[in-house]
Amino acid sequence: MSEIVVNAVSKSWGGVGGVDRISFKAEAGTLLVLLGPSGCGKSTTLRLIAGLEEVDSGTITIGGRDVTHLSPAERRISMVFQSYALFPHLNVAENIIFGLKVRRVGRAEREARLKKVADIVGLSHLLERKPSQLSGGQRQRVALGRAIIAEAPVCLMDEPLSNLDAKLRHEMRTEIRSLQQRLGMTMVYVTHDQTEAMTMADRVILMRDGHIEQNGAPHELYNEPASDFTARFIGTPPMNIIGWRDGSLLGVRPEHISLVERDGVSARVKAVEYLGADSIILCDTDGGTVCVRQTGYCSLPAGAQVELGWQNCHIHLFDKDSGKRRTGGVSPH
Amino acid sequence: MVAAVMSDAAPSAAKRRTWTTSINAWLLLLPAIVLLATFTHYPILATLYHSFFSLGRSGPAEFIGLDNYRYMLDDDVFRQVLRNNFIFAIATVPTSIALALLMAVWVDKKIVGRSFLRLAFFTPTVLPMIAVANIWLFFYTPDYGLLDQFLRFLGFAGHNWLGDPATVMSCLAVMVVWKEAGFFMIFYLAALQTIPPELKEAASVEGASRWYFFRRVTLPLLMPTTLFISINALINSFKLVDQLVIMTKGGPNNASSLLLYYIYEVAFNFWDTTYAATLTVTLITILAAVALTKFVYLDRRIHYQ
Repeated sequence: MSEIVVNAVSKSWGGVGGVDRISFKAEAGTLLVLLGPSGCGKSTTLRLIAGLEEVDSGTITIGGRDVTHLSPAERRISMVFQSYALFPHLNVAENIIFGLKVRRVGRAEREARLKKVADIVGLSHLLERKPSQLSGGQRQRVALGRAIIAEAPVCLMDEPLSNLDAKLRHEMRTEIRSLQQRLGMTMVYVTHDQTEAMTMADRVILMRDGHIEQNGAPHELYNEPASDFTARFIGTPPMNIIGWRDGSLLGVRPEHISLVERDGVSARVKAVEYLGADSIILCDTDGGTVCVRQTGYCSLPAGAQVELGWQNCHIHLFDKDSGKRRTGGVSPH
Repeated sequence: MVAAVMSDAAPSAAKRRTWTTSINAWLLLLPAIVLLATFTHYPILATLYHSFFSLGRSGPAEFIGLDNYRYMLDDDVFRQVLRNNFIFAIATVPTSIALALLMAVWVDKKIVGRSFLRLAFFTPTVLPMIAVANIWLFFYTPDYGLLDQFLRFLGFAGHNWLGDPATVMSCLAVMVVWKEAGFFMIFYLAALQTIPPELKEAASVEGASRWYFFRRVTLPLLMPTTLFISINALINSFKLVDQLVIMTKGGPNNASSLLLYYIYEVAFNFWDTTYAATLTVTLITILAAVALTKFVYLDRRIHYQ
């Protein structure tokens, strides 16, 4: 089994991007996403697992083996870089089998594995091309091929889709996820895109300023955000947070707010974004701007006065100072 | 009707426009063309022309066909300087390239005093060859030269380094390598800094040792630079002869003479201008062959980013 355990790991450069005593576990055969804004330490965490950076303190084990002070090669991992890091002078085939050649795998086995991997990532017809002759998506596939041919139990991905256009990103997302499940790899995936995290992950770790803000399954982060930071980060559009009574913050998801006839919070329509299946209505209230999701087309003009209502079971309360979730503080009715 | 008039007028207007454009283009090219033609193309053709004629000291110059070239092939001194030149090229080109690469890899690392080292490596380049030759002349001077003083301190006998046919070429080669390597280092350094650091990380994840990475990734990616440098070094080895004027005058007994220096001697000491023209044509042919090899053959085999 190849689960990854990160235990109280710290790394700092005296500036942004370090991590401070973080601990988490990636179960064998699952996809773990490290999510967060830039400079939160997610890439650092990945590079520490890869062995491209040395930890200041703490331990990292992969499959029960302490790898804290081993070189990247000794950790038996594969990695996909944001820039793909393809060797520009080698063609697709040579790029993919680079690691096999380093490890002196025999020619016959090399060819067999190359054929298999090229079929999986759909590059069989492009093996002779140089990286400069490939599109962004094809380069991404070469990087992916180079990562999976090693048959390493652990695969690390550093924002692999951020250089692709939206349509391709969506395709590759599905493909990487199904590849991970088919090959049974333990994957750690770094991204700043919460949609990628929500759609691909078995478990998401949301990071902020070098520590873990919340660690849970996608639906846990969405339905029970541990802090207002998580609530503001997850969801498109994210949760509405408005100032509430006795030093607390109140959060409601846009889809849980509806326009009511009376007894609601009064608001003024600022703008309407029509998305096709639904519309996002931006409203100004005393507590700040609030997004409301309504099914179908919304014909309200800007400036219209409306009343907003929601059910108590859908609200989240956070402490104003610490931002932490208040449990049981929601009084029914 | 209107269309017919239009179609009649249109071609002549277009023609006039094309004509004005070409006049403009030629005028813009004119200064360069005049300079190139006067100082490069015409001299080359004139040299080629003169190489087919007799000297004409006692009467008019006569067309003698390939006689000058026949004489050249029988000329022992020519053979010697050509051999010297090839030995000189083989001794200096690979050494200065290897040294340049070594220095570049070294000062590319994060080490203390990196800027100072880079400057130190580059200093010989900014010195004029004449100055360099004078400095090294002092090193090689018998008895009180730096090298002999050092050897005497260690208990060895002195040696007339530049006066001995067996050592003179090596001495000059060492000096030229010292002067050239720093210049080539700058090109390697620039090329090394364009290699993305992720390549090294990707290779280390795959388990490649530093030497493997250097051999299989760095070196191939530096090939365009290596080619550029080797062509320049090769051309320099034929073209740079200032040191001979200062240090040896081609001696002893032509042991250190190079082709260009021999041309200079033939033309301006012996005033045999047609034979000098013949030798010049030979030199130009050699250099043109080198340049042609680069453009026609090597460029196709090298990966350019």
